[in-house]
Amino acid sequence: MARESVEERLVGLADVVIEAAKKKKDPAFDIPVRALSNVAFNEKRRIIEMKDATTERSFFNLGMAKKFMQTMLVADALAELQRAECTTSLREIYYRTKHTLRDSSENTFDDQAESDPVIEDLEVTLEALREELHVSAEGRGSIVGNITLVDDGDPIDCSKAGKSGHTVPSIVEEPGIRIKKCSADFVLLIEKSTQFNRLSEDKFWKRHNCILLTGNGQPPRGVRRLCRRIHDEWKKPVLVLVDNDPWGYYIYSVVKQGSINLAFESERMAIPDAKFIGLSSFDPEKHKMPRNLGIKLKDNDITRAKELLAYPWFQKKEWQKEIKHMLASGLKYELDALANKDFRYLTTGYLPRKLKDKDWLD
Amino acid sequence: MGEAAPKKQDDKPRLKEVKDPPPRLVKGGASAGQGAVVHRVTAEELAKKQREISVSEFFAKNRHLLGFDSPRKALLTAVKEAVDNSLDACEEARILPEIEVKIEVANGNGAKAAEPPKPEAKAPAAGAPPETPKIPSVAQAERFIVTVTDNGPGIVPEQIARIFAKLLYGSKFHRLRMSRGQQGIGISAAGLYGQLTTGKPVKVISRTSEKKPARYVEIVIDTAKNEPRTLANREVEWDRPHGTRVSIELEGRYQKGRTSVDEFLEQTSVANPHARIVYVNPEGQQVVFERMVGELPAAPREIKPHPYGIEFGVLLKMMQDTKSHWVGGFLSSDFSRVSSKTASEICRKAGIEPKMLVRKVHGDVAERLFKAIQQTPIMNPPTDCLSPIGEKAILAGLYKQIKGDFYTAVSRRPSVYRGNPFAIEVGLAFGTGQAGLQQSMVEKEEAVPVAEGEREEREGEVQLARIMRFANRVPLLYQPGACAVTKAILETSWRNYGLTQSRGALPQGPLVIFIHMASVWVPFTSESKEAIADYDEIRKEIRLALNEAGRRLSSFVRRRDRAALEMKRRDVFEAYIEEVADACKRLKKGKLDDEKLKKQLTSIAKSITGGAKTDEILGKNKKVEEPAPESTIIVTPEGVQGAVPEAPSPAPAAEPAKVEEKMPVNVSKAPSKKEKPHGKRKR
Repeated sequence: MARESVEERLVGLADVVIEAAKKKKDPAFDIPVRALSNVAFNEKRRIIEMKDATTERSFFNLGMAKKFMQTMLVADALAELQRAECTTSLREIYYRTKHTLRDSSENTFDDQAESDPVIEDLEVTLEALREELHVSAEGRGSIVGNITLVDDGDPIDCSKAGKSGHTVPSIVEEPGIRIKKCSADFVLLIEKSTQFNRLSEDKFWKRHNCILLTGNGQPPRGVRRLCRRIHDEWKKPVLVLVDNDPWGYYIYSVVKQGSINLAFESERMAIPDAKFIGLSSFDPEKHKMPRNLGIKLKDNDITRAKELLAYPWFQKKEWQKEIKHMLASGLKYELDALANKDFRYLTTGYLPRKLKDKDWLD
Repeated sequence: MGEAAPKKQDDKPRLKEVKDPPPRLVKGGASAGQGAVVHRVTAEELAKKQREISVSEFFAKNRHLLGFDSPRKALLTAVKEAVDNSLDACEEARILPEIEVKIEVANGNGAKAAEPPKPEAKAPAAGAPPETPKIPSVAQAERFIVTVTDNGPGIVPEQIARIFAKLLYGSKFHRLRMSRGQQGIGISAAGLYGQLTTGKPVKVISRTSEKKPARYVEIVIDTAKNEPRTLANREVEWDRPHGTRVSIELEGRYQKGRTSVDEFLEQTSVANPHARIVYVNPEGQQVVFERMVGELPAAPREIKPHPYGIEFGVLLKMMQDTKSHWVGGFLSSDFSRVSSKTASEICRKAGIEPKMLVRKVHGDVAERLFKAIQQTPIMNPPTDCLSPIGEKAILAGLYKQIKGDFYTAVSRRPSVYRGNPFAIEVGLAFGTGQAGLQQSMVEKEEAVPVAEGEREEREGEVQLARIMRFANRVPLLYQPGACAVTKAILETSWRNYGLTQSRGALPQGPLVIFIHMASVWVPFTSESKEAIADYDEIRKEIRLALNEAGRRLSSFVRRRDRAALEMKRRDVFEAYIEEVADACKRLKKGKLDDEKLKKQLTSIAKSITGGAKTDEILGKNKKVEEPAPESTIIVTPEGVQGAVPEAPSPAPAAEPAKVEEKMPVNVSKAPSKKEKPHGKRKR
């Protein structure tokens, strides 16, 4: 972006306050709304995009005064990071900005749940990526396979990273991280570490020439961004393997289209070509998994599934069929349930058959 | 204590033995022993034998009926009986009560005290433990001496022994008069309990006038005969012109908090603001509950029973006792609201002649008469026999004892349940008493940083309203759940009055609810007389009174909340302006006149939160407030408005208690150590 630096944008917030004060006006920022109401599914680009609804956060409004004050404190801490050229975590920012208000026991922040959304607000308001703000999420996520990265100048060959693989950094942008070489044919993004470990131990990635990537649940930005870069820069298809439940479906949809909360990042995170390889609600029949391997859908599962059915990006016929089939069966299945047949069934039976049949959903 | 000597009863023992439950055996025996007319010698002998076992045994086994079920409650009951007696005596003699309550840990405590000495063991208990000077700590102590001193009329020497060492009798059925006396079986029961648990006699000093010497008496009850046995009786020097002091040593337990002696005295003082009570607790701390009202409550008038409130057995008993010969005369002269015309009407319905002789009415005829009474329309009883506390006095009592920002009191006009007149009075005290809207709402008090998770913990604490229940000015401390008062409070929708209330729970907030029932006959749920029975009429009256008080409260709460909100806004902004300006300065790398920025922001805040207008609402620029209504007190930072009680000038007998200006905090200041401010405004 050819515009002012992040630091200048942060200082700009102070200028808003100072200018308003001069004009005897209530200082206010417009902050884009981060909610379902303010996102749209771009059919053409096949990603979730943020619309331009904003809310005004003004200082002299009882309901917002504290938030406003907190926003200024976080902006100050972020500017400090810029100037010191260091990167830190959400939690450290929380501690950095926490103190009591003068002459009282009221805290600026009572817990991290108060400061995290403020940081996200600033990301969207300033149109600065989290990495640009020098804030990292937790670096959970692993990679293994025929790919070589360069991290801070050091080459990392992910085919020689042992069973546990290489840890995916939380910030995977150029120039810190470069993808030097990638000879794999595709990327398999796995929801849970159990299956990642199984496939890694069984050297699945060697036999099928792929990259295994996991984010332990909802993949963090680092994993998503790395996946997207491999896809973009080396044109590798991405397959997603998740549990068969509404939360698994949503993980897939975040990888594919982007998330509602951080829709402004879809543009560089989403992988519209990603495919859903499993676990499908039709797999139990195809792979002869008996009914007693399922788990009854809870009320919140059903509610969530119905929400998914309504999302514009789940309107494809196959997807409606997929989700409705799960609802009709009343059961959800974990990937772990495949071990019922054989510990190695995932490596030797399930995935090979899926790949052979090209049995996946778009 | 100075109350008139027990009335002689001319009951025929025959009837008593048939009708009365065991405790009354004692009474029957008493009258017999006193030389009442005895008709059947064999029955008398029989009764005597029963007595020899029953008095002590019955008492020992049924302590709970008399309020002595646990050591802690026993201590409370003893204090309560003595204080009730003192207040009744003073009021009857039209003397402003000055009462001193002292509880001390007794010497030689513990030892064999748990074993009550044999009732036969007369006099200064044979098995009394050797006097050891070692006094146990208050919390450990099991034996106490309760001493209550009043400035009442005193008791003539001949009567002292009988009043304190003869279980009370005297029928309440006949004496339909509002008094505390309904509350308990009496001081002699406390004395007997002391005697049973410690073997020590009751010690009394009494003086009837300055011209006469004081009399010191030590007495025990001869439980076999229910007769006092005097161990010492002599003239003594006493510095009081008149009054009575009773001292009882008993097994007990002292513990503060709910249902404690402390709470009882505090509440007694709230409901009796005309009394001055000095309390010395076992720890030796003195608490003074000052007098807030200079005049005695009107003396309650005695009334005759109303026919609707009478039970069959009582009717029979009245017919035994009446001086009238004929039924018609009996009805019209022994009942209230029965004219001779009404009497004839009743007789006609019962199918008897008004001229029938009363003593001829038995069995079927009596039953018919009873039914006829219920079927005949009779006017409600007169209600002027009640002596309610009054709104002004309730306010004074609450204001003195409870820390709050808002007080109100409602006295309902008397009403009637089952032929018994009664009146309900309600008082509310609301607020924390900080009256401190001028302080920052952002918790000025403790500026201790709060760690993660601690905040919720604090918010989790819910303060429920505190209830004070009274029957004829006597606090009811036990069994709140069984009481009509509690039920009425629970079914009142406090949300309508600006308070939070969970379903089926008490309202939340710093609220004290005072409820008094004045009646010639308070219906209790049980013999222990701790809860008011749930009559529709009573509950309805309580509810109406609560509604009225609640409406007043709500207008206060709403007004205060509105002002507090404005205040909060400004305070919040002031606190945040600091932070925002500092952050801006740092963002600008120090190149900013932050003081100027703060000033600019503050002026914006002021104009946005209404500026001077808010100040006005908040009363910052002196009062534009509407005057508080009658029977209400509102405490604001500027002072107190409304029916603020003026502490009376010290009574002649009292020491020159310097009563300071307005704030009652000072009024009841006790010379005690720091400690918990007992008796002071507490919650």
